[in-house]
Amino acid sequence: MHELSIAMSIVELAEEEAERRGVQVEAVHLRLGALSGVVKDALLSCYEMACEGTPLQGSRLVVEDVPVVIFCTSCRAQRPLSSVQLFCCPECGTPAFEIVQGKELEVVALEVQECAPNPA
Amino acid sequence: MRPEPRLIEVRRNVLKQNDVAARALRDRFHAAGVFVVSLVSSPGSGKTAFLEKTLTLLRPKYRVAALVGDLATENDAVRLARSQAPVKQITTGTLCHLEAAMVQKALDEEKWNLNQLDFLFIENVGNLVCPASYDLGEDLRLVLISVTEGEDKPLKYPTIFNSADVAVVTKIDLAAAVEFNWEAGRQNIQAVRPGMQIFKLSAKTGEGIEEYLEFLAKRLSELRQPAGV
Repeated sequence: MHELSIAMSIVELAEEEAERRGVQVEAVHLRLGALSGVVKDALLSCYEMACEGTPLQGSRLVVEDVPVVIFCTSCRAQRPLSSVQLFCCPECGTPAFEIVQGKELEVVALEVQECAPNPA
Repeated sequence: MRPEPRLIEVRRNVLKQNDVAARALRDRFHAAGVFVVSLVSSPGSGKTAFLEKTLTLLRPKYRVAALVGDLATENDAVRLARSQAPVKQITTGTLCHLEAAMVQKALDEEKWNLNQLDFLFIENVGNLVCPASYDLGEDLRLVLISVTEGEDKPLKYPTIFNSADVAVVTKIDLAAAVEFNWEAGRQNIQAVRPGMQIFKLSAKTGEGIEEYLEFLAKRLSELRQPAGV
């Protein structure tokens, strides 16, 4: 279970970005690859915990699942993998050595509100 | 009325810090000419016995050292020390995996002269899930499964098998007793990581270990004498 430490890194990263821009984060958008080694449900529940006591408390984590895409050397084309238990081209069955996509663990965007200016 | 939230683009890799640290380690290892192998497996698959045997057999000919990650105890380091090789324990506490920064810290504490090493082994915490995401700067990630775990382990943990460079099937002295199906085991490994080299061996009897040691020696010489040089 390393999702808590991943969630804490996400919160830290978002906090840093928000502080730099002077905004309040409402949601963090994350791209999560099927081969990232991170379990989405565990990450979502850890996120809430990781936000507690930080400026991100109450924010949401929006996860975009990124499927595995391989490059098939026979078809000379990118193909989505049908299962992570079978690394071969779904069209022609050639073993898949080259992974094009699917390892992502990336914060792509923040949904923000401008911070209200401090009353003078 | 509350204004609509605005979407701002960020694009930052969550594990960047680890990736940067791992890259620095890899550069350091390569500059020193040390070949680094990390070991991942489930708890109880025999990583420590396998590593102890590896260290013992390599030691007459090569300069070897090991870092060993464990949640709480120092038992593994004590066992590995029997090989007479320098061993450093990394106690991870509740953390279920090693990270590049922990390797870096252990090396700094130990002050090993990497230039005087041929092989460095890094035994990860017994876990087939979390270590997959963390690059440790190794040249080779070795995934270990024992025949007693069954043939379907690779299908249950495809991510870590796919991230590994070689697979070692251990405890083959018990294969008959547990009716391990070689063909199914091989097929499952190849399904999640096509083309991955597989070694079958027994750390206990020594059967099959020679081939693995020759492979390591070959990789070390390739590291020090890159092809075409």
